[in-house]
Amino acid sequence: MTDTPIEKAARKTPDGMARRIRGLSDRTIAWIFVAPTIFLLLAVNIFPLIWTIRLSFTNFRVNRPNRDVEWVGLRNYERILTDPDIWNTMQATAHFLIWTIVLQVLIGFALAYLINKKFKGNDLWTTIIVFPMMLSPAVVGNFWTFLYQPQIGLFNYIVTFFTGGDPAGFSMIGDVHLAPWAIVIADTWMWTPFVMLICLAGLRSIPDSIYEAAECDRATKWRQFWTITIPMALPFLMLAVLFRGIENFKMFDLVVQLTGGGPGNTTTLTSIDLKREAFEKWRTGYSSAYAVILFVTVFGLASIYVKALNKVKER
Amino acid sequence: MSMFINGLLRLRRGPWEMVASILIAAGVIMLMQPFVLGLYSYSFIVTLVGTVMFIIVSHFPE
Repeated sequence: MTDTPIEKAARKTPDGMARRIRGLSDRTIAWIFVAPTIFLLLAVNIFPLIWTIRLSFTNFRVNRPNRDVEWVGLRNYERILTDPDIWNTMQATAHFLIWTIVLQVLIGFALAYLINKKFKGNDLWTTIIVFPMMLSPAVVGNFWTFLYQPQIGLFNYIVTFFTGGDPAGFSMIGDVHLAPWAIVIADTWMWTPFVMLICLAGLRSIPDSIYEAAECDRATKWRQFWTITIPMALPFLMLAVLFRGIENFKMFDLVVQLTGGGPGNTTTLTSIDLKREAFEKWRTGYSSAYAVILFVTVFGLASIYVKALNKVKER
Repeated sequence: MSMFINGLLRLRRGPWEMVASILIAAGVIMLMQPFVLGLYSYSFIVTLVGTVMFIIVSHFPE
């Protein structure tokens, strides 16, 4: 009779240790295995969160650790929530968030729909489309800075090729009206492949038999798209929106590299502003309150979104 | 509508989650809208109440 791997492992356990483990209940052994993970989670996630919440009620400055720390109550929250500059930052973030998600979902789904069709060179095109996602955001930011150059940038030449006019007549990252769109375009270019891959997984999970049954019922392609493709790919689409929404809410590197938050404060997103408050102005208590506000917003949004996602999956 | 109110009175998860979700969504819209600074000022408390409510009511029976 052959031994199972568990029996083999049990036989190799030293006698002393085996005797000690034999005295423990299954529950205790389970806790011994889970405890390091729980400890790490508490140390890395929960403790900093609680510490940040505590700091948000103080005037602590990390560059003056020896100064007395005063308990200021809700004053930090009050100042943030009545500051028109931070309100503008929230609006800039909303503009970036909404447009990147809309564009990435529309273009990503369209690309996935096309790539899902069987044609020659399908795999090669998938690799080419996925390429921007593999680059570092710092590289993409640098790369798009050159593309947006009014004198030598390719972007201005392509736009004026279709619209006419002088390529040097406008600057995508120097104009207060165009800069918010410049970061939307760069982020869409970089992350649409990610949405495409998730949508592609959704489209490939739809069995052909459903389309064949619809063909037998003489359903048009348009009807098949709205009654089969979209409902069955919807959980995947929603997942893509969730991932991109959370990621773009805390977007930092690409925008810093591309515009540095300017011109003025037009592309200063919340994470950039938060970093300035915390590590340039060194207002640790104030920036902790700022971080708590952002955390509650993202957490609340993610909660209702996950609930909606589960409902769609149950259907 | 009466089912919704009954669900609220009998502390059922569905209607209460709906109320919490509406509060969170309203809070986020208030935070990011470009029209009234006053709405922005009250956005955090609305979102916080909604989020805490969501965590609590998700333990209510179906």
